[in-house]
Amino acid sequence: MMTPANPHVVEVRQMRFVRGKRMIFDGVDLDIQRGKITAIMGPSGTGKTTLLRLIGGQLRPDAGSIMVEGQQVDKLGHTALYQLRKRMGMLFQNGALLTDMNVFDNVAFPLREHTKLPEALIRDLVLMKLHAVGLRGAWQLMPSELSGGMSRRVALARAIALDPMIMMYDEPFTGQDPISMGVLVRLIRQLNDALGLTSVIVSHDIAETRSIADYIYLLSNGKVVAHGTSDELDRSESEWAQQFLKGLSDGPVPFHYPAEDYRRDMLAGENVVVSNR
Amino acid sequence: MILSVIQNLGQKGLDFFQRLGRGHLLFVQILAGIPGLIPRFGLVIQQVFSVGVLSMVIIVVSGLFVGMVLGLQGYNTLVDFGAEESLGVVVSLSLVRELGPVVTALLFAGRAGSALTAEIGLMKATEQLSAMEMMAVDPVRRVLAPRFLAGFISMPLLAAIFSAVGVLGGYFVGVGLLGVDEGSYWSQMQAKVDLYNDIYNGVIKSLVFGIVVTWIALFEGSDAIPTSEGVSRATTRTVVHSSLAVLGLDFILTALMFGA
Repeated sequence: MMTPANPHVVEVRQMRFVRGKRMIFDGVDLDIQRGKITAIMGPSGTGKTTLLRLIGGQLRPDAGSIMVEGQQVDKLGHTALYQLRKRMGMLFQNGALLTDMNVFDNVAFPLREHTKLPEALIRDLVLMKLHAVGLRGAWQLMPSELSGGMSRRVALARAIALDPMIMMYDEPFTGQDPISMGVLVRLIRQLNDALGLTSVIVSHDIAETRSIADYIYLLSNGKVVAHGTSDELDRSESEWAQQFLKGLSDGPVPFHYPAEDYRRDMLAGENVVVSNR
Repeated sequence: MILSVIQNLGQKGLDFFQRLGRGHLLFVQILAGIPGLIPRFGLVIQQVFSVGVLSMVIIVVSGLFVGMVLGLQGYNTLVDFGAEESLGVVVSLSLVRELGPVVTALLFAGRAGSALTAEIGLMKATEQLSAMEMMAVDPVRRVLAPRFLAGFISMPLLAAIFSAVGVLGGYFVGVGLLGVDEGSYWSQMQAKVDLYNDIYNGVIKSLVFGIVVTWIALFEGSDAIPTSEGVSRATTRTVVHSSLAVLGLDFILTALMFGA
Protein backbone atom coordinates (compact mmCIF):
# COMPACT_ATOMS: atom_id res chain seq x y z
CA MET A 1 0.00 0.00 0.00
CA MET A 2 1.16 3.49 -0.80
CA THR A 3 2.00 5.53 2.26
CA PRO A 4 1.19 9.21 1.80
CA ALA A 5 3.79 11.58 3.10
CA ASN A 6 1.57 13.49 5.47
CA PRO A 7 1.29 11.62 8.78
CA HIS A 8 -1.83 13.62 9.67
CA VAL A 9 -5.14 12.77 8.04
CA VAL A 10 -6.83 15.78 9.61
CA GLU A 11 -5.19 19.06 10.60
CA VAL A 12 -7.18 21.72 12.38
CA ARG A 13 -5.49 25.11 12.69
CA GLN A 14 -6.58 28.11 14.78
CA MET A 15 -10.17 27.18 14.14
CA ARG A 16 -12.93 29.39 15.50
CA PHE A 17 -16.60 28.56 15.37
CA VAL A 18 -19.44 30.67 16.71
CA ARG A 19 -23.02 29.55 17.03
CA GLY A 20 -25.45 32.40 17.65
CA LYS A 21 -23.72 34.46 20.31
CA ARG A 22 -21.87 31.52 21.80
CA MET A 23 -18.24 30.86 21.04
CA ILE A 24 -17.97 27.10 20.54
CA PHE A 25 -14.32 26.92 19.42
CA ASP A 26 -11.78 29.63 20.01
CA GLY A 27 -8.53 28.87 18.26
CA VAL A 28 -8.41 25.07 18.30
CA ASP A 29 -5.38 23.23 16.91
CA LEU A 30 -5.43 19.49 16.51
CA ASP A 31 -3.96 16.73 14.42
CA ILE A 32 -5.42 13.32 13.72
CA GLN A 33 -2.63 10.85 13.08
CA ARG A 34 -2.90 8.31 10.33
CA GLY A 35 -3.74 4.78 11.42
CA LYS A 36 -4.28 5.78 15.04
CA ILE A 37 -7.35 6.13 17.23
CA THR A 38 -7.62 9.70 18.43
CA ALA A 39 -10.10 10.57 21.13
CA ILE A 40 -11.56 14.01 21.64
CA MET A 41 -12.94 14.32 25.13
CA GLY A 42 -14.62 16.98 27.12
CA PRO A 43 -17.75 17.67 29.12
CA SER A 44 -21.19 17.77 27.49
CA GLY A 45 -21.80 20.94 25.53
CA THR A 46 -18.18 21.61 24.56
CA GLY A 47 -19.00 21.09 20.91
CA LYS A 48 -17.41 17.69 20.39
CA THR A 49 -20.11 16.63 17.93
CA THR A 50 -19.82 20.04 16.27
CA LEU A 51 -16.15 19.31 15.70
CA LEU A 52 -17.00 16.12 13.80
CA ARG A 53 -19.50 18.03 11.69
CA LEU A 54 -16.84 20.62 10.92
CA ILE A 55 -14.43 17.91 9.83
CA GLY A 56 -17.17 16.35 7.70
CA GLY A 57 -17.91 19.71 6.08
CA GLN A 58 -21.50 19.91 7.34
CA LEU A 59 -20.60 23.11 9.17
CA ARG A 60 -18.07 25.75 8.22
CA PRO A 61 -15.66 27.40 10.66
CA ASP A 62 -15.74 31.16 11.12
CA ALA A 63 -11.95 31.37 11.04
CA GLY A 64 -8.98 29.07 10.72
CA SER A 65 -8.72 26.00 8.58
CA ILE A 66 -9.58 22.31 8.59
CA MET A 67 -7.55 20.15 6.25
CA VAL A 68 -8.58 16.57 5.48
CA GLU A 69 -6.11 14.64 3.33
CA GLY A 70 -4.58 17.90 2.17
CA GLN A 71 -7.90 19.44 1.14
CA GLN A 72 -9.36 22.40 2.97
CA VAL A 73 -12.83 21.11 3.78
CA ASP A 74 -14.52 24.49 4.26
CA LYS A 75 -13.35 25.72 0.85
CA LEU A 76 -14.51 22.69 -1.14
CA GLY A 77 -17.40 22.95 -3.58
CA HIS A 78 -20.40 20.65 -3.44
CA THR A 79 -19.00 17.99 -5.79
CA ALA A 80 -15.52 17.88 -4.30
CA LEU A 81 -16.95 17.77 -0.77
CA TYR A 82 -19.19 14.83 -1.68
CA GLN A 83 -16.23 13.05 -3.29
CA LEU A 84 -14.26 13.50 -0.07
CA ARG A 85 -17.16 12.28 2.06
CA LYS A 86 -17.23 8.99 0.20
CA ARG A 87 -13.94 8.34 1.99
CA MET A 88 -15.25 9.31 5.41
CA GLY A 89 -17.43 7.20 7.65
CA MET A 90 -19.39 8.60 10.52
CA LEU A 91 -21.20 6.75 13.26
CA PHE A 92 -23.98 8.91 14.65
CA GLN A 93 -24.94 8.82 18.29
CA ASN A 94 -28.28 7.10 17.71
CA GLY A 95 -27.14 5.18 14.63
CA ALA A 96 -29.34 7.26 12.28
CA LEU A 97 -30.44 4.20 10.34
CA LEU A 98 -32.98 4.84 7.58
CA THR A 99 -36.17 3.70 9.25
CA ASP A 100 -38.02 2.67 6.09
CA MET A 101 -35.44 0.02 5.17
CA ASN A 102 -34.33 -3.18 6.84
CA VAL A 103 -30.81 -3.84 8.13
CA PHE A 104 -29.61 -5.31 4.84
CA ASP A 105 -30.83 -2.39 2.72
CA ASN A 106 -29.39 0.10 5.18
CA VAL A 107 -25.91 -1.38 4.83
CA ALA A 108 -26.38 -1.74 1.08
CA PHE A 109 -27.52 1.89 0.76
CA PRO A 110 -24.13 3.57 0.22
CA LEU A 111 -23.04 0.75 -2.10
CA ARG A 112 -26.14 1.07 -4.23
CA GLU A 113 -25.88 4.86 -4.30
CA HIS A 114 -22.23 5.07 -5.23
CA THR A 115 -21.35 1.91 -7.14
CA LYS A 116 -22.82 0.00 -10.04
CA LEU A 117 -21.94 -3.38 -8.55
CA PRO A 118 -24.20 -6.28 -9.45
CA GLU A 119 -26.74 -7.18 -6.78
CA ALA A 120 -25.05 -10.54 -6.06
CA LEU A 121 -21.80 -8.80 -5.20
CA ILE A 122 -23.58 -6.20 -3.08
CA ARG A 123 -25.22 -9.04 -1.18
CA ASP A 124 -21.85 -10.62 -0.41
CA LEU A 125 -20.32 -7.29 0.62
CA VAL A 126 -23.24 -6.45 2.89
CA LEU A 127 -23.14 -9.84 4.56
CA MET A 128 -19.38 -9.50 5.08
CA LYS A 129 -19.80 -6.08 6.70
CA LEU A 130 -22.62 -7.36 8.87
CA HIS A 131 -20.52 -10.37 9.81
CA ALA A 132 -17.73 -8.06 10.90
CA VAL A 133 -20.04 -6.43 13.44
CA GLY A 134 -21.59 -9.76 14.41
CA LEU A 135 -25.07 -9.11 13.02
CA ARG A 136 -25.17 -11.18 9.85
CA GLY A 137 -28.10 -13.09 11.31
CA ALA A 138 -30.10 -9.89 11.78
CA TRP A 139 -30.09 -8.78 8.15
CA GLN A 140 -33.84 -8.82 7.71
CA LEU A 141 -34.80 -6.96 10.87
CA MET A 142 -36.20 -3.43 10.67
CA PRO A 143 -34.43 -0.65 12.62
CA SER A 144 -37.37 -0.45 15.03
CA GLU A 145 -36.69 -4.07 16.05
CA LEU A 146 -33.09 -3.42 17.06
CA SER A 147 -31.72 -2.53 20.46
CA GLY A 148 -29.65 0.64 20.81
CA GLY A 149 -26.40 -1.28 20.73
CA MET A 150 -27.44 -3.30 17.68
CA SER A 151 -28.50 -0.13 15.83
CA ARG A 152 -25.07 1.32 16.39
CA ARG A 153 -23.40 -1.83 15.13
CA VAL A 154 -25.54 -1.85 11.98
CA ALA A 155 -24.73 1.83 11.48
CA LEU A 156 -21.08 0.94 11.91
CA ALA A 157 -21.37 -1.74 9.23
CA ARG A 158 -23.00 0.85 6.97
CA ALA A 159 -20.30 3.42 7.70
CA ILE A 160 -17.52 1.02 6.68
CA ALA A 161 -19.40 -0.25 3.61
CA LEU A 162 -17.39 1.94 1.23
CA ASP A 163 -14.10 1.21 3.06
CA PRO A 164 -13.44 4.76 4.26
CA MET A 165 -10.02 6.07 5.20
CA ILE A 166 -11.29 7.81 8.32
CA MET A 167 -14.03 6.77 10.75
CA MET A 168 -15.62 9.26 13.09
CA TYR A 169 -17.53 8.05 16.11
CA ASP A 170 -19.95 10.39 17.85
CA GLU A 171 -20.35 9.30 21.48
CA PRO A 172 -20.25 5.60 20.61
CA PHE A 173 -20.52 4.42 24.23
CA THR A 174 -23.29 6.64 25.58
CA GLY A 175 -26.26 4.76 26.97
CA GLN A 176 -24.88 1.28 26.31
CA ASP A 177 -25.09 -1.64 28.71
CA PRO A 178 -21.71 -3.09 29.79
CA ILE A 179 -21.80 -5.92 27.26
CA SER A 180 -22.56 -3.84 24.17
CA MET A 181 -20.07 -1.27 25.46
CA GLY A 182 -17.41 -3.99 25.48
CA VAL A 183 -18.46 -5.14 22.02
CA LEU A 184 -18.20 -1.62 20.62
CA VAL A 185 -14.82 -0.96 22.22
CA ARG A 186 -13.50 -4.17 20.70
CA LEU A 187 -15.03 -3.45 17.30
CA ILE A 188 -13.60 0.05 17.05
CA ARG A 189 -10.10 -1.20 17.85
CA GLN A 190 -10.36 -4.24 15.59
CA LEU A 191 -11.78 -2.38 12.61
CA ASN A 192 -9.18 0.34 12.95
CA ASP A 193 -6.31 -2.10 12.92
CA ALA A 194 -7.71 -4.65 10.46
CA LEU A 195 -8.93 -2.18 7.85
CA GLY A 196 -6.07 0.28 8.29
CA LEU A 197 -8.45 3.07 9.22
CA THR A 198 -7.86 6.29 11.05
CA SER A 199 -10.41 6.74 13.83
CA VAL A 200 -11.68 9.74 15.72
CA ILE A 201 -13.78 9.13 18.80
CA VAL A 202 -15.72 11.88 20.46
CA SER A 203 -16.74 10.83 23.93
CA HIS A 204 -16.97 11.60 27.59
CA ASP A 205 -16.82 7.99 28.73
CA ILE A 206 -13.35 8.17 30.20
CA ALA A 207 -12.48 4.56 31.02
CA GLU A 208 -13.66 3.04 27.73
CA THR A 209 -12.15 5.74 25.59
CA ARG A 210 -8.81 5.71 27.36
CA SER A 211 -8.63 1.95 26.97
CA ILE A 212 -8.47 2.17 23.16
CA ALA A 213 -7.32 5.69 22.30
CA ASP A 214 -3.75 6.14 21.09
CA TYR A 215 -3.91 9.88 21.57
CA ILE A 216 -6.31 12.08 23.49
CA TYR A 217 -7.34 15.72 23.20
CA LEU A 218 -9.21 17.30 26.10
CA LEU A 219 -11.47 20.17 25.14
CA SER A 220 -13.08 22.71 27.39
CA ASN A 221 -14.56 26.15 26.79
CA GLY A 222 -13.63 26.12 23.14
CA LYS A 223 -9.97 25.36 23.67
CA VAL A 224 -7.70 22.34 23.83
CA VAL A 225 -6.85 22.11 27.52
CA ALA A 226 -4.47 19.19 27.34
CA HIS A 227 -3.39 16.53 24.89
CA GLY A 228 -1.19 13.47 24.86
CA THR A 229 -1.31 9.75 25.31
CA SER A 230 -3.34 8.37 28.19
CA ASP A 231 -0.25 8.14 30.42
CA GLU A 232 0.91 11.62 29.54
CA LEU A 233 -2.45 13.02 30.52
CA ASP A 234 -2.19 11.36 33.93
CA ARG A 235 0.92 13.42 34.50
CA SER A 236 -0.69 16.59 33.12
CA GLU A 237 -0.39 19.60 35.35
CA SER A 238 -3.72 21.06 34.28
CA GLU A 239 -6.07 21.01 37.27
CA TRP A 240 -9.00 20.92 34.91
CA ALA A 241 -7.67 17.80 33.15
CA GLN A 242 -7.20 16.08 36.48
CA GLN A 243 -10.73 16.93 37.56
CA PHE A 244 -12.19 15.66 34.29
CA LEU A 245 -10.18 12.45 34.13
CA LYS A 246 -10.86 11.56 37.74
CA GLY A 247 -14.48 12.65 37.64
CA LEU A 248 -14.25 14.92 40.70
CA SER A 249 -17.42 16.86 41.42
CA ASP A 250 -15.64 20.05 42.41
CA GLY A 251 -12.54 21.76 41.13
CA PRO A 252 -11.87 24.31 38.41
CA VAL A 253 -15.33 23.40 37.12
CA PRO A 254 -17.46 24.34 40.12
CA PHE A 255 -20.29 22.15 41.35
CA HIS A 256 -22.64 25.16 41.48
CA TYR A 257 -23.96 27.03 38.48
CA PRO A 258 -23.03 30.71 39.00
CA ALA A 259 -25.60 32.23 41.36
CA GLU A 260 -26.25 35.04 43.82
CA ASP A 261 -24.93 34.69 47.32
CA TYR A 262 -26.79 31.75 48.86
CA ARG A 263 -27.64 33.45 52.19
CA ARG A 264 -28.89 36.61 50.53
CA ASP A 265 -31.01 34.59 48.12
CA MET A 266 -32.64 32.69 50.96
CA LEU A 267 -33.31 35.77 53.11
CA ALA A 268 -34.73 37.85 50.25
CA GLY A 269 -37.84 35.68 50.11
CA GLU A 270 -40.03 35.57 47.05
CA ASN A 271 -39.55 39.17 45.95
CA VAL A 272 -36.13 38.81 44.40
CA VAL A 273 -37.04 35.77 42.34
CA VAL A 274 -40.23 37.32 41.01
CA SER A 275 -38.61 40.65 40.20
CA ASN A 276 -35.86 38.86 38.30
CA ARG A 277 -38.33 37.52 35.81
CA MET B 1 -40.98 48.70 25.97
CA ILE B 2 -41.83 50.31 22.64
CA LEU B 3 -38.26 49.73 21.53
CA SER B 4 -38.52 46.04 22.25
CA VAL B 5 -41.79 45.84 20.32
CA ILE B 6 -40.14 47.44 17.31
CA GLN B 7 -37.10 45.22 17.72
CA ASN B 8 -39.35 42.18 17.91
CA LEU B 9 -41.21 43.25 14.80
CA GLY B 10 -37.95 43.75 12.92
CA GLN B 11 -36.70 40.34 14.00
CA LYS B 12 -39.93 38.72 12.84
CA GLY B 13 -39.60 40.45 9.48
CA LEU B 14 -35.99 39.34 9.09
CA ASP B 15 -36.90 35.78 10.03
CA PHE B 16 -39.70 35.81 7.49
CA PHE B 17 -37.49 36.94 4.65
CA GLN B 18 -34.76 34.51 5.64
CA ARG B 19 -37.24 31.66 5.52
CA LEU B 20 -38.56 32.89 2.20
CA GLY B 21 -35.02 32.89 0.86
CA ARG B 22 -34.28 29.42 2.18
CA GLY B 23 -37.54 28.17 0.69
CA HIS B 24 -36.71 29.47 -2.77
CA LEU B 25 -33.18 28.14 -2.55
CA LEU B 26 -34.55 24.71 -1.71
CA PHE B 27 -36.98 24.97 -4.63
CA VAL B 28 -34.11 25.62 -7.04
CA GLN B 29 -32.08 22.76 -5.54
CA ILE B 30 -35.04 20.40 -5.91
CA LEU B 31 -35.55 21.41 -9.53
CA ALA B 32 -31.84 20.84 -10.16
CA GLY B 33 -32.20 17.35 -8.70
CA ILE B 34 -35.04 16.30 -10.99
CA PRO B 35 -33.00 15.38 -14.12
CA GLY B 36 -31.04 12.91 -11.98
CA LEU B 37 -34.27 11.04 -11.28
CA ILE B 38 -34.84 9.96 -14.86
CA PRO B 39 -32.58 6.87 -14.65
CA ARG B 40 -34.00 6.07 -11.21
CA PHE B 41 -37.67 6.58 -11.81
CA GLY B 42 -38.50 3.78 -9.38
CA LEU B 43 -37.88 6.25 -6.55
CA VAL B 44 -40.60 8.53 -7.95
CA ILE B 45 -43.07 5.70 -8.52
CA GLN B 46 -42.61 4.61 -4.91
CA GLN B 47 -43.52 8.13 -3.81
CA VAL B 48 -46.46 8.43 -6.21
CA PHE B 49 -47.82 5.42 -4.37
CA SER B 50 -47.46 6.89 -0.88
CA VAL B 51 -48.39 10.45 -1.84
CA GLY B 52 -51.01 9.79 -4.53
CA VAL B 53 -52.45 6.32 -4.36
CA LEU B 54 -52.84 6.39 -0.59
CA SER B 55 -54.76 9.69 -0.89
CA MET B 56 -57.31 8.10 -3.23
CA VAL B 57 -59.81 7.01 -0.59
CA ILE B 58 -60.31 10.47 0.86
CA ILE B 59 -60.43 12.00 -2.63
CA VAL B 60 -63.05 9.56 -3.93
CA VAL B 61 -65.27 9.80 -0.86
CA SER B 62 -65.08 13.60 -0.76
CA GLY B 63 -65.64 13.87 -4.50
CA LEU B 64 -68.75 11.76 -4.27
CA PHE B 65 -70.28 13.84 -1.49
CA VAL B 66 -69.34 17.18 -3.04
CA GLY B 67 -70.97 16.05 -6.30
CA MET B 68 -74.09 14.92 -4.49
CA VAL B 69 -74.39 18.23 -2.66
CA LEU B 70 -73.88 20.12 -5.93
CA GLY B 71 -76.65 18.04 -7.50
CA LEU B 72 -79.03 18.83 -4.67
CA GLN B 73 -78.25 22.54 -4.40
CA GLY B 74 -78.09 23.03 -8.17
CA TYR B 75 -81.42 21.31 -8.66
CA ASN B 76 -83.16 23.45 -6.01
CA THR B 77 -81.98 26.66 -7.68
CA LEU B 78 -82.51 25.58 -11.28
CA VAL B 79 -85.97 24.12 -10.74
CA ASP B 80 -87.35 27.59 -9.90
CA PHE B 81 -86.44 28.67 -13.42
CA GLY B 82 -87.51 25.41 -15.00
CA ALA B 83 -83.90 24.85 -16.03
CA GLU B 84 -83.23 21.62 -14.14
CA GLU B 85 -82.10 19.99 -17.41
CA SER B 86 -78.93 22.10 -17.13
CA LEU B 87 -77.95 20.39 -13.86
CA GLY B 88 -75.21 18.41 -15.61
CA VAL B 89 -73.56 21.64 -16.77
CA VAL B 90 -73.70 23.25 -13.33
CA VAL B 91 -72.25 20.21 -11.61
CA SER B 92 -69.52 19.53 -14.15
CA LEU B 93 -68.38 23.14 -14.64
CA SER B 94 -68.21 23.78 -10.87
CA LEU B 95 -66.16 20.64 -10.44
CA VAL B 96 -63.81 20.90 -13.37
CA ARG B 97 -63.10 24.62 -13.06
CA GLU B 98 -63.07 25.14 -9.31
CA LEU B 99 -63.96 22.49 -6.80
CA GLY B 100 -61.97 19.67 -8.37
CA PRO B 101 -58.56 21.38 -8.26
CA VAL B 102 -59.20 23.42 -5.10
CA VAL B 103 -60.81 20.85 -2.82
CA THR B 104 -58.37 18.19 -4.00
CA ALA B 105 -55.46 20.51 -3.19
CA LEU B 106 -56.89 21.25 0.27
CA LEU B 107 -57.41 17.56 0.99
CA PHE B 108 -53.98 16.77 -0.44
CA ALA B 109 -52.40 19.34 1.88
CA GLY B 110 -54.10 17.70 4.85
CA ARG B 111 -53.49 14.11 3.85
CA ALA B 112 -50.21 14.00 1.94
CA GLY B 113 -48.63 17.38 2.73
CA SER B 114 -48.74 16.88 6.47
CA ALA B 115 -47.40 13.34 6.09
CA LEU B 116 -44.50 14.60 3.96
CA THR B 117 -43.60 17.29 6.46
CA ALA B 118 -43.74 14.91 9.40
CA GLU B 119 -41.68 12.32 7.55
CA ILE B 120 -38.95 14.73 6.48
CA GLY B 121 -38.99 16.49 9.86
CA LEU B 122 -38.53 13.23 11.72
CA MET B 123 -35.81 12.12 9.32
CA LYS B 124 -34.06 15.37 10.18
CA ALA B 125 -34.67 14.97 13.92
CA THR B 126 -33.26 11.43 13.90
CA GLU B 127 -30.22 12.59 11.90
CA GLN B 128 -31.12 10.41 8.92
CA LEU B 129 -30.68 13.35 6.54
CA SER B 130 -27.37 14.23 8.17
CA ALA B 131 -26.24 10.62 7.90
CA MET B 132 -27.07 10.63 4.19
CA GLU B 133 -24.99 13.77 3.72
CA MET B 134 -22.08 12.09 5.45
CA MET B 135 -22.51 9.06 3.18
CA ALA B 136 -22.10 11.54 0.30
CA VAL B 137 -25.73 11.13 -0.71
CA ASP B 138 -27.44 14.47 -1.25
CA PRO B 139 -30.75 14.28 0.64
CA VAL B 140 -32.29 16.96 -1.59
CA ARG B 141 -31.78 14.74 -4.62
CA ARG B 142 -32.40 11.39 -2.96
CA VAL B 143 -35.29 12.26 -0.64
CA LEU B 144 -36.89 15.59 -1.56
CA ALA B 145 -36.80 15.61 -5.37
CA PRO B 146 -38.64 12.29 -5.84
CA ARG B 147 -41.33 13.40 -3.40
CA PHE B 148 -41.70 16.72 -5.17
CA LEU B 149 -42.10 15.11 -8.56
CA ALA B 150 -44.58 12.62 -7.11
CA GLY B 151 -46.72 15.47 -5.76
CA PHE B 152 -46.56 17.24 -9.10
CA ILE B 153 -47.70 14.10 -10.94
CA SER B 154 -50.31 13.02 -8.42
CA MET B 155 -52.23 16.27 -7.96
CA PRO B 156 -53.81 16.61 -11.44
CA LEU B 157 -54.63 12.91 -11.47
CA LEU B 158 -56.31 13.14 -8.09
CA ALA B 159 -58.21 16.27 -9.19
CA ALA B 160 -59.41 14.43 -12.29
CA ILE B 161 -60.62 11.52 -10.18
CA PHE B 162 -62.32 13.95 -7.80
CA SER B 163 -64.17 15.68 -10.66
CA ALA B 164 -65.17 12.41 -12.31
CA VAL B 165 -66.54 10.94 -9.11
CA GLY B 166 -68.28 14.25 -8.35
CA VAL B 167 -70.07 14.22 -11.71
CA LEU B 168 -71.28 10.71 -10.88
CA GLY B 169 -72.44 11.92 -7.44
CA GLY B 170 -74.43 14.72 -9.08
CA TYR B 171 -75.89 12.15 -11.45
CA PHE B 172 -77.03 9.84 -8.64
CA VAL B 173 -78.81 12.67 -6.83
CA GLY B 174 -80.10 14.63 -9.84
CA VAL B 175 -81.12 11.82 -12.16
CA GLY B 176 -81.57 9.03 -9.64
CA LEU B 177 -83.40 10.79 -6.82
CA LEU B 178 -84.76 14.07 -8.17
CA GLY B 179 -85.84 12.87 -11.59
CA VAL B 180 -83.79 15.07 -13.95
CA ASP B 181 -83.79 13.66 -17.47
CA GLU B 182 -80.77 11.43 -17.95
CA GLY B 183 -80.23 12.36 -21.59
CA SER B 184 -80.12 16.08 -20.97
CA TYR B 185 -77.84 15.66 -17.91
CA TRP B 186 -75.12 14.12 -20.09
CA SER B 187 -75.78 15.85 -23.42
CA GLN B 188 -75.85 19.38 -22.02
CA MET B 189 -72.64 18.59 -20.15
CA GLN B 190 -71.06 17.38 -23.38
CA ALA B 191 -72.16 20.51 -25.24
CA LYS B 192 -71.14 23.10 -22.65
CA VAL B 193 -67.92 21.84 -21.12
CA ASP B 194 -65.03 22.99 -23.27
CA LEU B 195 -61.81 21.03 -23.44
CA TYR B 196 -59.50 24.04 -23.55
CA ASN B 197 -61.36 26.63 -21.50
CA ASP B 198 -62.56 24.38 -18.75
CA ILE B 199 -60.67 21.13 -18.54
CA TYR B 200 -57.18 22.35 -19.49
CA ASN B 201 -57.50 25.36 -17.22
CA GLY B 202 -58.53 23.06 -14.38
CA VAL B 203 -55.52 20.85 -15.04
CA ILE B 204 -53.20 23.88 -15.04
CA LYS B 205 -54.63 24.94 -11.70
CA SER B 206 -54.02 21.56 -10.15
CA LEU B 207 -50.47 21.43 -11.51
CA VAL B 208 -49.77 24.79 -9.87
CA PHE B 209 -51.35 23.62 -6.61
CA GLY B 210 -49.34 20.41 -6.81
CA ILE B 211 -46.10 22.35 -7.03
CA VAL B 212 -47.00 24.78 -4.26
CA VAL B 213 -48.39 22.31 -1.74
CA THR B 214 -45.56 19.80 -2.18
CA TRP B 215 -42.94 22.54 -2.07
CA ILE B 216 -44.35 23.99 1.15
CA ALA B 217 -44.60 20.54 2.72
CA LEU B 218 -41.02 19.61 1.83
CA PHE B 219 -39.62 22.96 2.88
CA GLU B 220 -41.42 22.92 6.23
CA GLY B 221 -40.14 19.40 6.85
CA SER B 222 -36.54 20.15 6.04
CA ASP B 223 -36.64 23.51 7.85
CA ALA B 224 -38.31 22.09 10.97
CA ILE B 225 -36.64 22.50 14.33
CA PRO B 226 -35.49 18.92 14.94
CA THR B 227 -37.54 18.24 18.08
CA SER B 228 -40.98 16.69 18.50
CA GLU B 229 -42.46 20.14 19.11
CA GLY B 230 -40.68 21.57 16.09
CA VAL B 231 -41.99 18.83 13.82
CA SER B 232 -45.54 19.23 15.12
CA ARG B 233 -45.40 22.98 14.48
CA ALA B 234 -44.00 22.44 11.01
CA THR B 235 -46.82 20.01 10.20
CA THR B 236 -49.41 22.54 11.29
CA ARG B 237 -47.74 25.26 9.27
CA THR B 238 -47.76 23.04 6.19
CA VAL B 239 -51.52 22.57 6.34
CA VAL B 240 -52.27 26.22 7.14
CA HIS B 241 -49.85 27.80 4.69
CA SER B 242 -50.56 25.49 1.81
CA SER B 243 -54.34 25.81 2.24
CA LEU B 244 -54.06 29.61 2.23
CA ALA B 245 -51.71 29.52 -0.72
CA VAL B 246 -54.13 27.31 -2.66
CA LEU B 247 -57.08 29.61 -2.03
CA GLY B 248 -55.12 32.76 -2.83
CA LEU B 249 -53.60 31.32 -5.98
CA ASP B 250 -56.98 30.01 -7.05
CA PHE B 251 -58.34 33.55 -7.10
CA ILE B 252 -55.39 34.81 -9.13
CA LEU B 253 -55.54 31.92 -11.59
CA THR B 254 -59.31 32.21 -11.97
CA ALA B 255 -59.01 35.93 -12.64
CA LEU B 256 -56.35 35.26 -15.27
CA MET B 257 -58.25 32.41 -16.93
CA PHE B 258 -61.89 33.38 -16.72
CA GLY B 259 -61.69 37.09 -15.90
CA ALA B 260 -62.90 39.65 -18.38
